[in-house]
Amino acid sequence: MNGIGKIAVIGDEGSVELFAAAGADTFPTSNEADTLRTLKSLVAKNYAVIYITENVAVFVEKQLGELKKVPFPVVIPIPSASGGNGFGLKNIKRNVEKAIGADILSDSV
Amino acid sequence: MSRIAVNPTRMELRRLKDRLKTAQRGHKLLKDKSDEMVRRFLSFVRENKRLREEIESDLASAMKSFMLAKAVMSGEELKQTLCLPARAASVTTGVENVMGVEVPTVSVKASGDADALPYALTSASSDLDTAVRKINLLMEKLLKLAEVEKTCDMLADEIERNRRRVNALEYVMIPELNETIKYIMMKLDENERGSLVRLMKVKSMMEQQEQ
Repeated sequence: MNGIGKIAVIGDEGSVELFAAAGADTFPTSNEADTLRTLKSLVAKNYAVIYITENVAVFVEKQLGELKKVPFPVVIPIPSASGGNGFGLKNIKRNVEKAIGADILSDSV
Repeated sequence: MSRIAVNPTRMELRRLKDRLKTAQRGHKLLKDKSDEMVRRFLSFVRENKRLREEIESDLASAMKSFMLAKAVMSGEELKQTLCLPARAASVTTGVENVMGVEVPTVSVKASGDADALPYALTSASSDLDTAVRKINLLMEKLLKLAEVEKTCDMLADEIERNRRRVNALEYVMIPELNETIKYIMMKLDENERGSLVRLMKVKSMMEQQEQ
């Protein structure tokens, strides 16, 4: 899939507003059903990169797992305005455990 | 350990020996692939962690400036100022092959100045300027994070899958083949001994009759 892609940001309203200034398309959501619907429609619309704030990312963890299998779209959790909840770092940790068998990064790096 | 259900013939033996050779070769290749993937994965995941930590702190500071700006401007005003971005954010996407895994590449398609503000200076507080500048500078890093994190996700999956293949070969297929080859060889030897004894017996019987 070579080409031009767009960037979308999903999250609570206070967090996504700022990304509009950087030229990303923003989609404020607050509850589980909303987030799921938005994510699905964005995937269907062929967004290349979708950032999702950690506080709503927890609602759609299962879908995020499925989206990992294909190169695009790239869905990345980011901390929200009220700070991160460790969702993204937990994901890195899980990857390391999956690939190597033990988390070797936590204290060494 | 179990053996494969086959007829104990020479032809079958030959066939199994060929299969064993292929399995051993495949096992070695997959094991080498696994080692290399883990090596690449480690360098990617280190970068991933570093980037994520950097971005989390940078984003927090951008959000903080934005919060301050929000405190002095009304919501409507703020929306109006931000509704026309100074530059369109679009990315060039591609696919790269890392050890047989198709991973995405994204790079920012620069249009406009990263320093440009999407509104007149008079219409917004200076905190908003700071926030917008910070987020614009952060975009490139965020895209890099997207690329690296996805690569890590996909590599981790592939490493797991590959390890399963290696283990299946090492602990199931190769022992099974070895066992079956041993069984056929023993069976063939036994047949040979059987026919030799039979011949000797027949010969001695014939000699007895002649006398």
